[in-house]
Amino acid sequence: MINVKKSPADRAIDLIIYLVLGIIMVITLYPFWTQVVISLDGGGVDGAAYASGFVLFPSKITFGSYKLAFQFNELWTGYTYTLLRTGLGVTFSILFTSMTAYPLSKKDLPLNKYFTGMILFTMLFAGGTIPSYLLIKELHMMNTIWALVVPGMIGAFNVLIMRNFFRSIPEELEESARVDGAGYLRIFTQVVLPLSKPVIATVALWVGVGHWNAWFDSLMYITDPGKQVLQVVLRKIIIQNNTSDITLLIQNLGKDTEFSGRQLQATIVMFSIIPMLVVYPFIQKYFVKGVMIGAIKG
Amino acid sequence: MNETAIVSQSNATVHDVKKLERARVRKEKLKKVKQYRVLLLMMVPAVIYYIVFHYLPMYGVLLAFKDFKILKGIVGSPWVGVDVFQKIFHDDYFYTVLKNTIIISFYKLIFGFPVPIIFALLLSEVMNAKYKKLVQTISYLPHFISWVVLAGIFFTFFSMEGPMNTIITYFGGDPVLFLADPRYFRTILVVTGIFQGFGWGSIIYFAAISSIDPMLYEAAIIDGAGRFKRMFYISIPMLIPIIAIMLILSMSGILDAGFDQIFNLYNAQVYSVSDIIDTYVYRKGIVEMSYSYATAVGLFKSVVALILIFVVNRIVKLIGGKDHALW
Repeated sequence: MINVKKSPADRAIDLIIYLVLGIIMVITLYPFWTQVVISLDGGGVDGAAYASGFVLFPSKITFGSYKLAFQFNELWTGYTYTLLRTGLGVTFSILFTSMTAYPLSKKDLPLNKYFTGMILFTMLFAGGTIPSYLLIKELHMMNTIWALVVPGMIGAFNVLIMRNFFRSIPEELEESARVDGAGYLRIFTQVVLPLSKPVIATVALWVGVGHWNAWFDSLMYITDPGKQVLQVVLRKIIIQNNTSDITLLIQNLGKDTEFSGRQLQATIVMFSIIPMLVVYPFIQKYFVKGVMIGAIKG
Repeated sequence: MNETAIVSQSNATVHDVKKLERARVRKEKLKKVKQYRVLLLMMVPAVIYYIVFHYLPMYGVLLAFKDFKILKGIVGSPWVGVDVFQKIFHDDYFYTVLKNTIIISFYKLIFGFPVPIIFALLLSEVMNAKYKKLVQTISYLPHFISWVVLAGIFFTFFSMEGPMNTIITYFGGDPVLFLADPRYFRTILVVTGIFQGFGWGSIIYFAAISSIDPMLYEAAIIDGAGRFKRMFYISIPMLIPIIAIMLILSMSGILDAGFDQIFNLYNAQVYSVSDIIDTYVYRKGIVEMSYSYATAVGLFKSVVALILIFVVNRIVKLIGGKDHALW
């Protein structure tokens, strides 16, 4: 854009926009910040954080409630199942989604239209909660990790995104590989996939975050309380039993109530979002890229 | 040789040509199948997956027309026709749930829809690249936090001693038990919904603004157009097509009021204003095990959504957005 000297009015508008966006940032971050403050507050039961209110900083920093949360076994089994489902889920999703999308990227594949139609239709109509639930039950997948991994394995939208990306790879590359005697399988694994890292990364991240944050399927399909994913453990503590469960826990651990239930809740919230907060800035741009790729009509 | 013979002979030739043609096409198809056999085999898992996990549940909606007995299974349970639907349409609570779903959805649309657009417009005015990046990064963040965690955070935020009530009491008001009060619950749904989605929702508009030809702005500057004029006469008109499509698309999801959010935030005190079709289906079906009833309610929702998608697609085509129509 050409450089025009800014008028004082323009500068004033700039300032206002910067300020408004600044306020939006503060409002967005503040709720998260309250959790940080409350979880770290060393003021004891009567401290600033326990009385909550409009807190900006902990009165005294302590990691005591973190130490306490570390002894909370359910949190660790929750972590284990979440990591397991995320790992398996991403691996299977990428494997089968790409295996579906690559053939569909060949326009003259026999029955291509029917396969694509079959997959697209699932975006428009689904059997719903109850029939899916009964299906998982009849397949004897209840209380297994597969109930969390398999049902959402090949998302129609992800197939579309990948197919479009594969189509954008120059035909000549594949042809030259074929001239050299490579079959489709070889072309797929050694030419197409290595060139598709951006789209694979994007879909993997989407699926991964989906698994990390998922809770409803675990709530429905996993009835064994010892096998719940992290989000369900969180739900139990934060939403269902509120603080009584935690108070009980503190008593069981033989601690005096130096920490309030709310403080432990905040700590446990931190436990679940810290991994996300750590990786998020690095992966954020891939997500955005995915939205862009997805917005292009296929 | 008479005429008829000639005619029949030429008919026979046409027939033969057609036959040959068909044989040739079939041969070509077979050749294609052979050529692509590896790729076709690669798709086998996906086909099985879609049949089992997507099409079998569609078959399961038959439950809505049956009196489901667990021991007999879907196939063995007796047909009851539309009895279940009649029961639903005579159930006052169903109308409460339907009304809640539509009201919450509409509120979210009216108040939530413009926010990402305004945010994208503001953000596009920022010239400092670092500041822009920072604002973007922060605004997307809530989208990646689960509603379980967000609900936990909002419980603190809206609790009796929380920041919200601190502000209210500071200005001399009486503290409010926000999340247990039917008067405030929907407002909280709308506000927290915006909090979670505005940044992420702005990406598409921001991309559209960035793709506007800078020459347009340069020409406008030379003509002496100020910032607001540029925004009103260039940015916004260029955004209209994408705004129209986003608006119409969200109309088709009018029966999706946000299961994740509501299920984690609501409680029995506010069921009267917050229970939506999806939460009702869960409680009725999974908790109370009224499978047929819950399936029928769910089917009602799916069918309305499906009809809306078709209507919406038609509208998109009619208003000239053929390229943006779904099919």
